[in-house]
Amino acid sequence: MSDATAQDQAFDAETFDDSHVLDPAATADSQDQISQEITDIHEAYRKGVEAGEAQETQPRIDFAPYRSSLLRHPTKDLHHADPETIELWSPAFGERDVHILESDLTIQHNGEPLGERIVVQGRVLDGDGRPVRNQLVEIWQANAAGRYVHKRDQHPAPIDPNFTGVGRCITGPNGEYKFTTIKPAPYPWKNHHNAWRPAHIHFSLFGTDFTQRMITQMYFPGDPLFPLDPIYQAITDQDARDRLVATYDHSVTSHEWNTGYRWDIVLSGSNRTWMEEGEEH
Amino acid sequence: MSESTTKLVATPGQTIGPFYGFALPYEKDSQLVHRAHTGSIRLHGVVTDGSGSPIPDSMLEIWQADEHGEISRETGSLVRDDHTFTGFGRVAVDNVGHYTFTTVNPGATEQGKAPFISMVVFARGLLNRLFTRIYLPEDTEALANDPLLSSLPEERRKTLIAEREPNGDLRFDIRLQGEDETVFLTYPGI
Repeated sequence: MSDATAQDQAFDAETFDDSHVLDPAATADSQDQISQEITDIHEAYRKGVEAGEAQETQPRIDFAPYRSSLLRHPTKDLHHADPETIELWSPAFGERDVHILESDLTIQHNGEPLGERIVVQGRVLDGDGRPVRNQLVEIWQANAAGRYVHKRDQHPAPIDPNFTGVGRCITGPNGEYKFTTIKPAPYPWKNHHNAWRPAHIHFSLFGTDFTQRMITQMYFPGDPLFPLDPIYQAITDQDARDRLVATYDHSVTSHEWNTGYRWDIVLSGSNRTWMEEGEEH
Repeated sequence: MSESTTKLVATPGQTIGPFYGFALPYEKDSQLVHRAHTGSIRLHGVVTDGSGSPIPDSMLEIWQADEHGEISRETGSLVRDDHTFTGFGRVAVDNVGHYTFTTVNPGATEQGKAPFISMVVFARGLLNRLFTRIYLPEDTEALANDPLLSSLPEERRKTLIAEREPNGDLRFDIRLQGEDETVFLTYPGI
């Protein structure tokens, strides 16, 4: 390979300009095909529940309508482990790590970002209803046009020079978090022909135990793309899917400034031995 | 406390997706200690899919005790001062699925226990995070007595034990699918 070719390839790899070279099989399927596959899996799940099988609360990791999952899910059952030592603790984050202004995604540049200013707030709780205090919450998202500030995002929608779409905060004494941001738009992706993701904000969460670590996506109520989306529908149970949808809350909306959404997050159970309030230190 | 008796159903996870790269990585994220720290080692490996191909869009995190087996309660993982050991690290794999952490060998948190590093795996295409453990290979007696390792067949057990390289580095590959698929864990309450 000549140096020039190698350089071109390195450039392509860097800017991902070659991302239009995709496996044809990955994008040839129609929405009808994907939707039918989703329907079949959900139908089988519903019959199972009617026959007495347990309700599912988490996404399937083996969910063929999401084509990228095919080679990226373990085929063997997850192995049950009793959490030990390090797993019963979580990394500590605090004011040293996160500046208070990082929770406002609309003030990170010189101008106002375009789009609908929103506040998203809620609480982080563990499986026993205990607030998760002083813990890190990270979010990232597309802008009001459905574009991410990421070199691999090839969607020809405008980048907003006043919006990066990254925020962090540390939860308060009742597990509360609050972000000011812009409502993200849906965007196309390459799972199948004419595939669109419902608008969402990515959330990254820590608990008191490292075994509670999770990353998820928050959606907005009434999105018409819900039934079409194989990532959202990888959660086969409607009650479980509903847990990812924020609620419009007019008490979070503020006069002539922003609309408001509320979304509480429940982590899995803590396996630590908890003492009564006040004794935990 | 009445609050702690209410059992709540956990919020579902979702894939990290392809676009975390501008949001989650941060300066010195994979450097739990400075490279010049006495006893520092490289922990590295490759993340592969069911066809054996490297996964270029995966993010890994580790959480571990220090070399004396102490679990750090220090903040400062996101703003490293090169002195405070917080025990937490994060790394986005490179274009060939390779990752590198700079860390120390964790000590045993209790006498006779096999030391391990806790790891969580995220990737585009992976609909929910996966947990695993990275055991140090040296204390064969502790490994033989470890409750988790003992509950696994021999051929699967070895997927959780890192390989010590001649220069002291640790090699730990993650295979999401296939014959020698890494053992991934679930815990009570998940």
